[in-house]
Amino acid sequence: MAQSKHEFIEKSVGWMIVLTLLTVSVGGLVEIVPLFFQKSTTTPVEGLKPYDALQLAGRDVYVREGCYNCHSQMIRPFRAETERYGHYSVAGEFVYDHPFQWGSKRTGPDLHRVGGRYSDEWHRVHLNNPRDVVPESNMPAFPWLDRPLDTDIGARMAALRKVGVPYTDDQIKAGNDVIKGKTELDAVVAYLQGLGTALKRVQ
Amino acid sequence: MADFVSGFWNMWVMVLVALSLLFCVFVLASNMKGEKSESGEAKLHGHVWDENLCEYNNPLPRWWMYLFWITIFFAVAYMTVFPGFGNTKGLFGWSSAHGENSQYAREMKAAEEKYGPIFAKYQSQDLQAVAADREAKAMGQRMFLTYCAQCHGSDAKGAKGFPNLADKDWLYGGAPETIKASILEGRQGMMPPFGPAVGAEGAKDLANYVRSLSGLTHDSARAQKGSELFVQNGCVGCHGMDATGNQAIGAPNLTDKIWLYGSSEATVIETVTNGRQGKMPKWKDFLGDAKVHLLAAYVYSLSNK
Repeated sequence: MAQSKHEFIEKSVGWMIVLTLLTVSVGGLVEIVPLFFQKSTTTPVEGLKPYDALQLAGRDVYVREGCYNCHSQMIRPFRAETERYGHYSVAGEFVYDHPFQWGSKRTGPDLHRVGGRYSDEWHRVHLNNPRDVVPESNMPAFPWLDRPLDTDIGARMAALRKVGVPYTDDQIKAGNDVIKGKTELDAVVAYLQGLGTALKRVQ
Repeated sequence: MADFVSGFWNMWVMVLVALSLLFCVFVLASNMKGEKSESGEAKLHGHVWDENLCEYNNPLPRWWMYLFWITIFFAVAYMTVFPGFGNTKGLFGWSSAHGENSQYAREMKAAEEKYGPIFAKYQSQDLQAVAADREAKAMGQRMFLTYCAQCHGSDAKGAKGFPNLADKDWLYGGAPETIKASILEGRQGMMPPFGPAVGAEGAKDLANYVRSLSGLTHDSARAQKGSELFVQNGCVGCHGMDATGNQAIGAPNLTDKIWLYGSSEATVIETVTNGRQGKMPKWKDFLGDAKVHLLAAYVYSLSNK
């Protein structure tokens, strides 16, 4: 019996690897790669600014504490969502997010347009112990956030510039001075208050 | 919506999708039949395990193969009807959120047609009339729970620093139109910090005076000194000579038993020393007048049953 193609592929590890890679990459090549070449996903929406040093430090705390495990930042274009949260999210709002915090689970509410929705003081009380303002809340308390920031934010800004966030030299140099004396709580509140504010809530 | 930077990516998607489909067709077609030997029996696969264990090279069951074929036809039909094959718009120009005929726009339009008249009906009514309407109050309560309960509580009784809306006491006034203005435009409290001006001792004197106004335990010597500081430092400017406050600027009445931040001496000292900047966000842009109208009526109804 002549060796079948099937058998040939199964027994030649090199060919097996090449053909497997080729097969599994098709989905990514068609569905992911073209996204990097679309205007709507690569052009920032009008008015979008990179996070300032304090907001960026707050974003790092947000990631560290795993907020994305319970909070999404992605309002879908359904009335039930836009009535509650505001205008649906668009791709151009996330071009300076590396990585974005869209999340996929909502134990808590979506946070994409939480900026400006509550007062700074509310966020402080709420992060320290959510039950103080929302007795029904099942969100964990984050009382330890009231401590000084410990991060080299200038280095982080420089790294983000390498992937396309337009920070200026001055901003990077001033970064660590901006966050001097600020607490993690200050930073998280600054980050939250800036979320989703580039696009008006209602269009 | 595909808005590729160049036509190349349109072609790229179309060619890869078409090739993938054709490849699947080829794989399916070439596996419809198993190879038969001359005697008509299915051939062995060629693998031998454990000395003599072999496997027939039969085709997959027919129904199973047909399921695969159905996926191919589904893919073609889907990409004909919906956008996704490169830049194609699909037969009906479906879009999730772009354009006037998008799914989102249609959903919003249908809701507007259904609920718009209800909101318009109440919007044209006087706030007091709306507050007396059962259905309007139910609508107001549902919106209150969505937008307001985070600070004011689901029972509207507030929390430390966030006013109770169910009592008769108002920082900025409890007239229906004033409540509506508070929601529409928001409010910014601005009690300045007096720590630098009066020092730690002065703050304690003032706290004793303020506590004496509402009949709480206090040191009368300190309260006496505090009453002088109260005038000297301009507290009277906002809270008034009789300390009953001023609703035009949201200065609270200090002579009643209602405390936004707490009445303990330590808390009042904190308030005097650091000031308070309570903030009610502005809701006009997000909620719009029609919804705020119902909310204001609901809030008004809580203390005017």
